[in-house]
Amino acid sequence: VLSSGINAEYGDVKKRKLISPVVTKFYKVTKGPGFSTTIQRPEADLTAEMLQDGSWKSKTFKDYNFAARGAPMTSGYLHPLLKVRAEYRRIFLDMGFSEMPTAQFVENGFWNFDALFQPQQHPARDAHDTFFISDPALTKEAKFPSDYLERVKTTHEKGGYGSTGYDYDWKVVEAQKNILRTHTTAVSARMLYKIAQQPEFKPVKMFSIDRVFRNETLDATHLAEFHQIEGVVADRNLNLGHLIGILHTFFKKLGIEKLKFKPAYNPYTEPSMEIFSYHEGLKKWVEIGNSGIFRPEMLLPMGLPADVNVIAWGLSLERPTMIKCGINNIRELIGPKVNLNMVQDFPICRVNKA
Amino acid sequence: MPTISVTRDVLYERLGKTFTDEDFEDECFDFGIELDDIVEENNVVKFKIDIPANRYDLLCVEGLSRAMNVFRDRMIVPKFTVVPGKEKLIVDDSVSGVRPYCVAAVLRDMKFTEESYNSFILLQDKLHQNIGRERSLVSIGTHDLDTIQGPFTYQALAPEQIKFQPLNQDSVMTAPEMFEKFRQTYLKPYLQIIEGKPLYPLITDANGVVLSLPPIINGEHSKITLDTKNVFIEVTACDRAKCRIVIDTICSMFSEYCSTPFTCESVTVESSSGSVQTPPMKYQTMECNAAQLCTKGGITGLTPDSVADHLTKMFLPSKAVGEQVTVEIGPTRHDVLHQCDVEEDLAIAYGYNNITEQVPNLNTIGAEQECNKLSDAIREELARAGFTEVLTFSLCSRDDISTSLRNGKALEEAVQIANPKSNEFQVVRTSLLPGILKTASCNRKMPLPLKLFEVSDVVFKSEDTETGSKNQRKICALFSGKTSGFEVVHGLLDRIMLSLSETNYSIRASEESMFFTGRGADILLGTEKIGHLGILHPEVLENFEISLPCSVLEMSLEPFV
Repeated sequence: VLSSGINAEYGDVKKRKLISPVVTKFYKVTKGPGFSTTIQRPEADLTAEMLQDGSWKSKTFKDYNFAARGAPMTSGYLHPLLKVRAEYRRIFLDMGFSEMPTAQFVENGFWNFDALFQPQQHPARDAHDTFFISDPALTKEAKFPSDYLERVKTTHEKGGYGSTGYDYDWKVVEAQKNILRTHTTAVSARMLYKIAQQPEFKPVKMFSIDRVFRNETLDATHLAEFHQIEGVVADRNLNLGHLIGILHTFFKKLGIEKLKFKPAYNPYTEPSMEIFSYHEGLKKWVEIGNSGIFRPEMLLPMGLPADVNVIAWGLSLERPTMIKCGINNIRELIGPKVNLNMVQDFPICRVNKA
Repeated sequence: MPTISVTRDVLYERLGKTFTDEDFEDECFDFGIELDDIVEENNVVKFKIDIPANRYDLLCVEGLSRAMNVFRDRMIVPKFTVVPGKEKLIVDDSVSGVRPYCVAAVLRDMKFTEESYNSFILLQDKLHQNIGRERSLVSIGTHDLDTIQGPFTYQALAPEQIKFQPLNQDSVMTAPEMFEKFRQTYLKPYLQIIEGKPLYPLITDANGVVLSLPPIINGEHSKITLDTKNVFIEVTACDRAKCRIVIDTICSMFSEYCSTPFTCESVTVESSSGSVQTPPMKYQTMECNAAQLCTKGGITGLTPDSVADHLTKMFLPSKAVGEQVTVEIGPTRHDVLHQCDVEEDLAIAYGYNNITEQVPNLNTIGAEQECNKLSDAIREELARAGFTEVLTFSLCSRDDISTSLRNGKALEEAVQIANPKSNEFQVVRTSLLPGILKTASCNRKMPLPLKLFEVSDVVFKSEDTETGSKNQRKICALFSGKTSGFEVVHGLLDRIMLSLSETNYSIRASEESMFFTGRGADILLGTEKIGHLGILHPEVLENFEISLPCSVLEMSLEPFV
């Protein structure tokens, strides 16, 4: 340590290279707590050998890095949308609903439209909304129940059962045209017809969750194929109050308690209601489904008793999943472009929890 | 769902109230329409409102505001009257092969403003688009009656014989010349409705002046201007019911501007089947029991008088007599076909959200479809074996299931789509492989090995089903890594069979060109082939843009259900 008086002189003399500093380092060494005369590397892990030979008692172990992540698991994974599907199936089964046989993508115009009292010149039957099949193009006329077909034809053309009908010329070839089904309501119609043929009417609760096809313009939220969820209850003297009641029960199991209903239009239900729920995150009412009571023109020609009403509701599987998971592009959820990391990271589906 | 554009301020003026956007949305909600968008065009605020597809009476601001005013008790339902008119329209049989139906009406002593004139045009556009199915089913022509002279003729003539000055054109043209010109314009899509037919429909007056060439274009001569007082409306169609609905809609909407509001004049339409007065503008009455009307809606506590009041609010003027209600269904409510339509309107007027909820007292036992139950169990097994599930599209290109998989025969058994918008929708898949291979290709960055599976339906043509086609539930698995993993998918097959309690299976070398030579096998259940497995041929990998070896397994689940 130089006193301040010599500093200026030091600097001068150093500049003239007459002196150069020599640094001497010295250490004072004392024994620490871990002092040992043998060199030992700390172990990373406790091994089987150490247990066997007891050497674990004399070894030191490295600090474990608790801040790092654990090892990734090698596992198989189920697809997120199908996890949600499983939840919806469970809800229906819990409510005593029976699954309809929907493993039939190709339908004909008769069961997809005509049996539902949807007229033949309706926009939904257009080539730009429906996928028509070129091969096999038509269902053979003999495959339809002939007297039921006649009743459907008459109801469309002239009415009956209290209806004025549509006043047009119904053509069987339109009914024969094969299409990719646009809704699973085609299957509901088949089931209701079967039920109507039984000697005694028994009330039913039925559901389905399966693919439907629309030939529409595609965008971020619309694909040509998606999954439709449908619930149907047929019993004597059902009314809108029952429909509202069962919707509250169903959606409560999805954690949704606040519902609002809006008048809507479907060709085959009257009254029809759009179902809205309050989305706490978006702070607004969002449409979550469609519902209604099937028209008498659809049910009576099947042969169902006049006091039997059929209430039904439907929603898509993809939309609530996208809203819940914050996915904006449907192609991130279904199709080959899905990121498999997303599939693998997808949590347990708890539809009733926010 | 049709959307109409209305000027906000015009609408609010007609409603007699200025709403906030939120309040108006609420009003729309209860009424069953939706305010879809608010836009500004040339500094004028316009509402885009979604209208139910069966309510033709709400497709213009006149009808919409009238219905909302009646709903809000600001207005009484107007009574529409048809006054016998002197005009006559003769329908010649020649039109039966091209556009058989024609009706007409006269709106006498109208007063157009620019706003109402635009609304008049817009309504015709909407009706053309929707119920008219882009004019193919119904089209409308409106004319200045003072420029033409009856009786009018509706007939079909050879195209070259048709010669007139079309609307907004400077010269007279024949129909073929017009068509050539219109091919470059917005009229192009409508030409094919009649092009190629031997005779084209035409409406002319007593002096041979052409009113219109339906459904293409009107004549310049009779065009409507802001000064037009008397309007001649003709509607031609291929559907008689829609023809009536359209002319009733135009008359009921715009007769409010006649000097005697809500009155229109009839035209006598003569054809070989007789003589009728049009527009029909018919009134029907429905006699209903008041209590019965309430049952569908689950409504309680309404007297027959209240039921009648509620229905009147919905533009269905009604009167209660004892326990009965007489409902009047006018020419604006062509959507009412059955009592259930009236029941819905009653429930709407009562308010869906005022209905008391009841839970159906119905005990039933739930049940699953066996195929779905088994599929879910198998999916769990495959996931436990370390495979990741994919969910891919049922529709794909022809190549995807045939040439890309080196399987020329696949198309013979595939269901083909008639109207695909792109080649991605040409066929319904007969194999789950294209989907799983595309997924592997898109997920190149995943750590190896990649193990994927899907359990889903494919569709085959089938002689013994109603539609001629049949779904088949299949399992498909893929292994992709630095090595082919054949023994892994083979092991997976053994695991699947163990889960299905199946021991009567075997594999035998296969000749399929989809597999690498000597590395493909059929899966046999007893003696029947139910699937195959193997290492994919390098050409298949190239077709799907995969650069690593892949082994696949695909089999039907149906025999085990």
